[in-house]
Amino acid sequence: MSATNYATIENHPLLGRLTLEAIPLHEPILIFTFIGVILGGIAAVGALTYFKLWGPLWRNWITSIDHKKIGIMYMILGLVMFLRGFADALMMRGQQAIAFGDNMGYLPPHHYDQIFTAHGVIMIFFFAMPIVTGLMNYIVPLQIGARDVSFPFLNNFSFWMTASGAALVMVSLFVGEFAKTGWLAYPPLSGIMQSPDPGVDYYIWALQIAGVGTLLSGVNLIVTIVKMRAPGMTMMRMPIFTWTALCTNILIVAAFPILTAVLAMLSLDRYLGTAFFTSDLGGSAMLYVNLIWIWGHPEVYILILPVFGIFSEVVATFCKKRLFGYSSMVYATAVITILSYIVWLHHFFTMGAGATVNSFFGISTMIISIPTGAKLFNWLFTMYQGRIRFELPMVWTVGFMLTFVIGGMTGVMLAVPAPDFLLHNSLFLIAHFHNVIIGGVVFGAFAAINYWFPKAFGFKLDHKWGMASFWFWFIGFWTTFTPLYIAGFMGVTRRMSHFDDPALQFWFQISLVGAVLIALGIACFFIQIGVSFLNRKKLADVTGDPWDARTLEWSTSSPPPDYNFAFTPVVHDIDAWHDMKKHGYKRPTEGFLAVHMPKNTGAGFILAAISAVVGFALIWHMWLLAGLAFIGLIAAAIIHTFNYDRDYHIPVEEVIATESERTRLLASHV
Amino acid sequence: MINLLAMPRLKQSTLLGLISAFLLSGCNWVLLSPSGDIATQQKDIMLISVWLMLIVIVPVMVLTVWFAWKYRASNTEATYRPEWHHSTILELVIWSVPLIIIIALGAITWVSTHALDPYRPLDRISEGRDVPMDTKPLVVEVVAMDWKWLFIYPEQGIALVNEVAAPVDRPIEFHLTSTTMMNSFFIPALAGQIYAMPGMETKLHAVINKAGDYAGFSGNYSGAGFSHMRFRFHGLSEAEFAEWVEKNRKDGAELTREAYLKLEQPSEREPVQRFAKVDAALFDAVLNRCVETNRMCIKDMMAIDRKGGMGTAGTHNLASNAMLSRKIGLDLASQKTYVGTLCAPEVQAERSKLL
Amino acid sequence: MSNTHTANAVGIRTSESFYLKEEHHPKNGTMLGFWMYLMSDCLLFAMLFAAYGVLGRNYAAGPSGADLFDLKLIAINTAFLLLSSITYGFAMLSMYKKRLGKTLFWLAITGLFGLAFLSLEIYEFYHLVHEGAGPQRSAFLTSFFALVGTHGLHVTFGIIWLVTLMFQLKKHGFTTENKRRVNCLSLFWHFLDVIWIGVFTFVYLMGVLV
Repeated sequence: MSATNYATIENHPLLGRLTLEAIPLHEPILIFTFIGVILGGIAAVGALTYFKLWGPLWRNWITSIDHKKIGIMYMILGLVMFLRGFADALMMRGQQAIAFGDNMGYLPPHHYDQIFTAHGVIMIFFFAMPIVTGLMNYIVPLQIGARDVSFPFLNNFSFWMTASGAALVMVSLFVGEFAKTGWLAYPPLSGIMQSPDPGVDYYIWALQIAGVGTLLSGVNLIVTIVKMRAPGMTMMRMPIFTWTALCTNILIVAAFPILTAVLAMLSLDRYLGTAFFTSDLGGSAMLYVNLIWIWGHPEVYILILPVFGIFSEVVATFCKKRLFGYSSMVYATAVITILSYIVWLHHFFTMGAGATVNSFFGISTMIISIPTGAKLFNWLFTMYQGRIRFELPMVWTVGFMLTFVIGGMTGVMLAVPAPDFLLHNSLFLIAHFHNVIIGGVVFGAFAAINYWFPKAFGFKLDHKWGMASFWFWFIGFWTTFTPLYIAGFMGVTRRMSHFDDPALQFWFQISLVGAVLIALGIACFFIQIGVSFLNRKKLADVTGDPWDARTLEWSTSSPPPDYNFAFTPVVHDIDAWHDMKKHGYKRPTEGFLAVHMPKNTGAGFILAAISAVVGFALIWHMWLLAGLAFIGLIAAAIIHTFNYDRDYHIPVEEVIATESERTRLLASHV
Repeated sequence: MINLLAMPRLKQSTLLGLISAFLLSGCNWVLLSPSGDIATQQKDIMLISVWLMLIVIVPVMVLTVWFAWKYRASNTEATYRPEWHHSTILELVIWSVPLIIIIALGAITWVSTHALDPYRPLDRISEGRDVPMDTKPLVVEVVAMDWKWLFIYPEQGIALVNEVAAPVDRPIEFHLTSTTMMNSFFIPALAGQIYAMPGMETKLHAVINKAGDYAGFSGNYSGAGFSHMRFRFHGLSEAEFAEWVEKNRKDGAELTREAYLKLEQPSEREPVQRFAKVDAALFDAVLNRCVETNRMCIKDMMAIDRKGGMGTAGTHNLASNAMLSRKIGLDLASQKTYVGTLCAPEVQAERSKLL
Repeated sequence: MSNTHTANAVGIRTSESFYLKEEHHPKNGTMLGFWMYLMSDCLLFAMLFAAYGVLGRNYAAGPSGADLFDLKLIAINTAFLLLSSITYGFAMLSMYKKRLGKTLFWLAITGLFGLAFLSLEIYEFYHLVHEGAGPQRSAFLTSFFALVGTHGLHVTFGIIWLVTLMFQLKKHGFTTENKRRVNCLSLFWHFLDVIWIGVFTFVYLMGVLV
């Protein structure tokens, strides 16, 4: 099906392997998507020009080093990529619901294999990661009473590197093709012999570029949490979300270099013909599988730990009660952080390791369920003897608790090597990890969005549409994945584009219905945002604390001023804001000082854009462009280091004006 | 199966009855009603682990719903203790109950993982029936190809593509490897899966307890033809098996090395092929990646490496399959360079060219 | 965290005890951040060492380290790098004495040692490839070139950084930022030395021992 035979193509000195044939004119789905993207792009560019928004966009957003704006940009990136990833999911469900017997479905393997690879890569790297990073970026500095992160420029650069990686994945849709290897691109399949096309190269460079961003944002947030906490906030007084963010970022810093290294080895094999993972000259594909999962398993916890933190905050707030077992929650998080490094082999018990090795990794995996179980009980006993308000974040949390336990159970089933030999790579496994990722990360993301949206934008989200979104998601999730659990028991493996056995079709049709329900849930979510925006006056939050919450981010206005806090808060207890309210804290209205803040800079955007060009040139073997762009990248980085003028003071008059406006608003509310 | 969506007019009770009958019958829930002893034991362990976990899961789910209902804000009658956040006894319980369950499950894991290690020869045929002392297992050599399966029976001297059979209640010993991709050999009714990887050998011991025709396939995605990389596995009586082998000997062609190299080329949806005769050393050559005569076997290479390599003289000891490919008419794209054997004339020619 | 405010925690909490009247100056985190980055880099090298550990004896019936490595050359190379670490130390001492000219001099010497190291490494690589023992010949050579080459690449970037920093020192003198940068590069440079000791021991010495 591939239009170009990349195994034999000549390299053009300027264009490398890129020819007109790389544009998939023969794929109607892609052409229509492409036309849609072009029209949408023209409309966006036109609107920005007409309303003269290019300047503000550049000044206030693209070059912004404000952690709150960067957090919001991460969230937007995540949601946009989520739509792409979900479109892939719908297409897969559609194909599997019809491709039986003589009906080959509408997606040939060449296309289908790209779709499931893109779905996995996008959902993990470009949806879940940006959402989680975005939330940590927005919330953590506010929760610890800081003005920004430790390295604001680096934060902007990290975001744009992630965005560049995402852009490369999107470009692969219309120029060339994406990998057809599955989301972890195991060799030998991802080697140059079996995958000569540029798909795997898109995969490699998108992840390498985004990976730099992820790693640096990890370093940034660790230092922020360690060094920038408000006076009095000892480690054991940190909000749980900040704790989970700390552990997550430690995991990021200690895991992403592994991904970088293993992908670098894969690219050496592909570009230079080295022998890391090809068995002919003494290499070993098993080395790749081990290394990538040594990154891959901590990655799972990178996604789920912050979400545990979100649920902890939500439960305490909406039960109007202090979190049960704060310290056991902290220890559970730390234990999970450490254990996540010694379980990687459970992803391939069937590769022929001995029984002792398999037992070790199986048991270490089960042990993780103990701290995870403790967390669930802590939430449960926070609810016990509380006053539970079923606002949207709490609804998502209860939905999560009921869904996640089942995912945990099926996870332990897979952790026992003997049954894993039956369930490995089956649709049961697919159902399991969607059970924990959707039931955990996605539900958590929605809880977080509904919880912190008023903080970020100054108005609450509509309840009715939010409930509709929740129920469509909840029912849709179970309708989609229960049949996949069942299909797993029927011995159906993952990544199939066609089936012979007509008996299975029923289950895949049900699963498709579920996916459509989820699509409705997503639609309701976007309608919810739209409706809330239209009713923003009615839903407005002028108090800064719409939920009567407990942590410091709620002590400032919604949305917070650029400098977050006019006066740095002093912390005396866990749940600092609750403590302040309890002791009759009155917001100071005089004595303001000028605030020292970092300056915006376009350097991060420029560096990331050049990185994307380097990546694109390498993907298409445009050596000349790659070399020039790389030199440009180094030069731009050096030029940036010559900029010593990086901060400024917000004048005291401006601080007074902002704070007086808040005083007025608060007075009008009471 | 009956398409439930197509019958909207059926009365609800009938529909429910049908569904429960369907769910209970388990007609194609093969993992829950396997026909081989290994798969049966693996299933039993799975069910035990589920029961053990339900000890925690069920109370958690019940409590979640109960607490959510009981302590709803509108129920002002319920106790409200906003500052209650610690209870040593409760903390002990929530850490120790899962711990005890995991200790139990861990013990089961340790024992079952060793007992059901696919590399370990069987010691029972099914529950209560030990393997008789003098039983020799049936050896089947499996080669995962793009995208089909080659089965070699070294004792019987036959080979097949996409079909395999074994006598009921006789232990089977599979030796597996792969030509290019990483695949997973899986017959759900028989036993759990095991990877088949190029240049490496994995093993699987299993036994089938019921006669029948079972599905087998690759459990690990391996590229474009993966969806149809399927084969049938027949559980036969001793007599039927002998007959099946005989049939194969009569109908089949010979699997020479050249025929193998052609067969190895990627193809999809291959029908069953039978080979009456097969080179006894073929599997070993496939495993060691030296079916091409001018190519050094991995085991020889490893032996040389263990002695510290072949020195700088070995640097240029490379050969290619170019001549061979031309001879048997293979696609030029499949050309490759590899380490040459030590005495092949092509190697000498190649070497003199390079030097 | 901050000792000045613990008094408040003990006393009665009034509204005033919940905020700072003066500007809050959190400690600068650059050194910690750079240290975290170095540890992540260390992990990258750990992966390359691991790959070398797994593949380092797979010669594919080709040459081994004992056949290829020229220990005399490597010894000289190692000496260059170790000396460069010492000279960087001299640069640091000069910086503490606030002597810009001397600092620049020692940094220049450090850079020259770095360049000498790189030149010898490039010579070694060229020689190996020329003999047919390039990274494509065997898994051993693949992992060897990847490990040693990545280290060399780090040294290259270290030199680029060093030159940039010298210009910046010349232009702005010992500002707080510049001193921090000299400190960071110092960490980086010594880190590369430590990695090299690992490479020298595990790859070259043990490779020749067989």
